[in-house]
Amino acid sequence: MSTQHQVQMQDRYEINPLFLFRWEESQESHVLLYPEGVVKLNQTAATILKHCDGELTVDQFITEIANEFDQTDPEVIAQSVVKFLEASHDKGWIRAKN
Amino acid sequence: MTKAGSELRIDGDGKPIWVSLELTYQCPLKCVFCSNPLDYDSYREGELTTEQWKKVIREAREMGAMQIGFTGGEPTLRKDLEELIGYADDLGFYTNLITSGVGLTVERLQRLKELGLKHIQLGFQSCDEQVANQMAGVESYQRKLSIAKEIKALGFPMVLNVPVTRQNLPQIPDILLLAEELEVEYMELANVQYYNWALVNRDQLLPTRAELEWAEREVNKFRERIGDKMTIFFVIPDYYDGRPKACMNGWGSIHLTIAPDGSALPCSQARTLKDLTFPTVKDHSLKWLWEQSETFMKYRGDKWMKEPCCSCDEREKDFGGCRCQALALTGDAANTDPACSKSPHHHVIQEAISGAEMARELEINQRLIVREAGAVAVELKTEVEA
Repeated sequence: MSTQHQVQMQDRYEINPLFLFRWEESQESHVLLYPEGVVKLNQTAATILKHCDGELTVDQFITEIANEFDQTDPEVIAQSVVKFLEASHDKGWIRAKN
Repeated sequence: MTKAGSELRIDGDGKPIWVSLELTYQCPLKCVFCSNPLDYDSYREGELTTEQWKKVIREAREMGAMQIGFTGGEPTLRKDLEELIGYADDLGFYTNLITSGVGLTVERLQRLKELGLKHIQLGFQSCDEQVANQMAGVESYQRKLSIAKEIKALGFPMVLNVPVTRQNLPQIPDILLLAEELEVEYMELANVQYYNWALVNRDQLLPTRAELEWAEREVNKFRERIGDKMTIFFVIPDYYDGRPKACMNGWGSIHLTIAPDGSALPCSQARTLKDLTFPTVKDHSLKWLWEQSETFMKYRGDKWMKEPCCSCDEREKDFGGCRCQALALTGDAANTDPACSKSPHHHVIQEAISGAEMARELEINQRLIVREAGAVAVELKTEVEA
């Protein structure tokens, strides 16, 4: 997709129901499964997608992730999270809720 | 074979990722572009039992496979389809049903939904009823259209798979509109794989380069309008591209097919390679078949390659193309796929293209041969070059 989606801090995201997001033991990683395809996710990607539950806003889950990684300044990770969300949205993995 | 979402971003790491179960070669349709064996009817006896299929499903999952396709023939002809899909879902597979839709009912779809079926790929020929029925060899258009609506009503993600031929190519803009109306998420304008029945009918099916380029422009116009509501897969076929397809992502790399009789195949066409034997899951574990059988070892990696493949800097990208196409069109499966412009046999592809054009100009041999037991002498299946 060519359109670049703009992520706002108050947005909520959820996994696109076309995709199945789960842990895969044989790959020792999280994967996204979709019609006839597989994406293997690294740990950072999986951590961010885990927070796409349709409940938390982007700024809320940036704070949570920062806490999980003992990072006191959420700003440090905010930029990379937003970038990943935009890429994920363009790939159709996640969609904005409401 | 080009598949929706086949842009695999995962390295099989020596494990099969994708397993295709060809539950049966029987089918109520008689598609003129079918790539099932010409002698498909001889597999009627000897199909695996439910328990044998379950063993395959279990062993594939233990080896790390994540995607499973139930295909055929027409998989819905198997009464145990629901049981097998439910079993695969319980084991953690992402389950794909690849069907003509004929044989599905609302009740069966509801049951499959309950059992966890994740996705349905519906084979569709055209939005023009007459063309659709001509390509399928039997009247099936209305039935397919109504089952497509039922599939969407139940909320299944759906890939509409349309094999592109000269017959349906002019309708592509209208087929796309129909797909939009049906709200399908993925549209695959598939290149016909010219094996078996499709190869027999190639002169009548193969579109010209100009037609394909027109279709590509129409698809791009539609893409611009529809945005991300629908993903459309459409690539210029290998016959015209000059580059071979990265067939199966490499032989025995991530893909495993089990034929109705339990033979383990690196791809659905592999049985055309007559110098190979095809041991079955009736006699061996899936692990042994994948890791040690000669069938899977033969063209795995790049040790088997000849020139120009073995010194080509693209060999890790396309793996020398398709072994079955190399055999069918050049007589040796270890040759470079003739679709590659670097192949010394590339003229075979160019002759096929001009042959199809000539057949059209002369309006000769216009009758399409429908898939029927005994319709074609089996020996016709390869056109080996001297």
